[in-house]
Amino acid sequence: MFQYDEQALKVQLLELIRLAATDLPRDVVESIQAAQQNEDEGSAARSVFGMILKNIDLARAESTPICQDTGTNIYMVYIPEGVGMRKLTALIHEATSEAVDKSYLRPNAVDSITGKNSGNNIGEGQPFIHFEEWDNDYIEFKLMLKGGGCENVSTQYKLPDVGLGAGRDLDGVYKVIVDAVNAAQGLGCAPGILGIGVGGDRTSSHLTAKSQLFRKMTDTNTNKDLAEMESRLLADLNGLGVGPMGFGGKTTILGVKMGTMHRLPASFFVSISYMCWAYRRHSMILKGNGEVNYD
Amino acid sequence: MIKLQLPISEADIRELNMGDEVAISGLMITARDAAHKYIHENWPEWLKPIMEGSMIYHCGPVVKQHDDGSWSFVAAGPTTSIREEPYEAAVMEHYKVRAVIGKGGMGEKTLAGLAKSGGVYLHAIGGMAASLAKSVVRVHDVYMLDELGVPEAFWHIEVKDFPAVVTMDSHGGSLHKSIKARSDEVAKKLIFG
Repeated sequence: MFQYDEQALKVQLLELIRLAATDLPRDVVESIQAAQQNEDEGSAARSVFGMILKNIDLARAESTPICQDTGTNIYMVYIPEGVGMRKLTALIHEATSEAVDKSYLRPNAVDSITGKNSGNNIGEGQPFIHFEEWDNDYIEFKLMLKGGGCENVSTQYKLPDVGLGAGRDLDGVYKVIVDAVNAAQGLGCAPGILGIGVGGDRTSSHLTAKSQLFRKMTDTNTNKDLAEMESRLLADLNGLGVGPMGFGGKTTILGVKMGTMHRLPASFFVSISYMCWAYRRHSMILKGNGEVNYD
Repeated sequence: MIKLQLPISEADIRELNMGDEVAISGLMITARDAAHKYIHENWPEWLKPIMEGSMIYHCGPVVKQHDDGSWSFVAAGPTTSIREEPYEAAVMEHYKVRAVIGKGGMGEKTLAGLAKSGGVYLHAIGGMAASLAKSVVRVHDVYMLDELGVPEAFWHIEVKDFPAVVTMDSHGGSLHKSIKARSDEVAKKLIFG
């Protein structure tokens, strides 16, 4: 039976939140650095990337949020058999509230009817916590902070789409993704990273899309067809010329990550989860002996 | 880099052109979604002296309150401006606001409003929250904090050399419009061949 020290875990979760808000992951920083080198000398795009990279360093050095919109806090928690979900949820809530007090997180939970801000970033469905049981003998917490600007340009299509001439196949999937990224322009804080969910129902399709965003920038899709489509989309979307923050340039998208789910014969959803360049995600492994590792 | 000191006159704002890089100093006010809705429903008098000749910053900051009750900005990048499209032209004209600062640009209604009442749209870099918070040297006051909450309250702030780029000017120029037109052409070819 897996056991852990509750007080220690609360502190460890607070550190996970601090890292997510203030320390952009290495693979994302490297991808932004490469994009900067690819832009022309003296271009607006190159200068914007310079400012972005400076801000990333400053946020890390001073332990302040990279972006003031500390977003929806999305947790994927993987637990061994027998670990209670309610207790872990309560500890995540406590750490969240403390992170607000320490200015790592903005109070971001607003009552949809009254408009009242809860003040501690906790509310119905906030943070979003998804649990899965697994065979490993340790707990893994994955956390992503996803801001409202990029969530607002995220979208879902159903195929066929007559207006775009998009049928129920991979070519149709390609067409709706091009349409979505063109519509987004710089509004989602380009260059974005796309998590794509193909299939499922409306809910599971979006969850598949978001789950893809926990992949590393440099990994390759294990499905050969999807791997090819990811590369093709990355090259073609960068031809749109939207550029960082929509100022124009060669970098509109930093990565495309696709996943699938079985669908009903009647349905064919394509969900596009657009993540901003402030692609804040970290993970933490908690072992049975109380040791934690952050990534 | 063009230095702008607030308050600023209509004539000075009309001299700015799309692409100009500016550094702003002086007093401005934050207002975003709930604040714009409130303004549009109430047109409060108290905002007049604050807004005339000044700028509206579309921003919901992360703040810190000190032991003496004073506030400072910890993270303060721009939020997406297009959500204020229904209100902005009227708000700018009514209060003689000379610029809005945000990200992503705004639409035709605001562009026409900038030409009519004399204003510009200034683009700050989204996500540059840690750096931009450094440009906010003092929180002068905060209004409606209890009603609207931290991100949505009116924060009256003093900035120093706050960096931004003119992406929409008072002569009908819009960088966002021209980038979109070119991107539409490419997307059309990719989708329809």
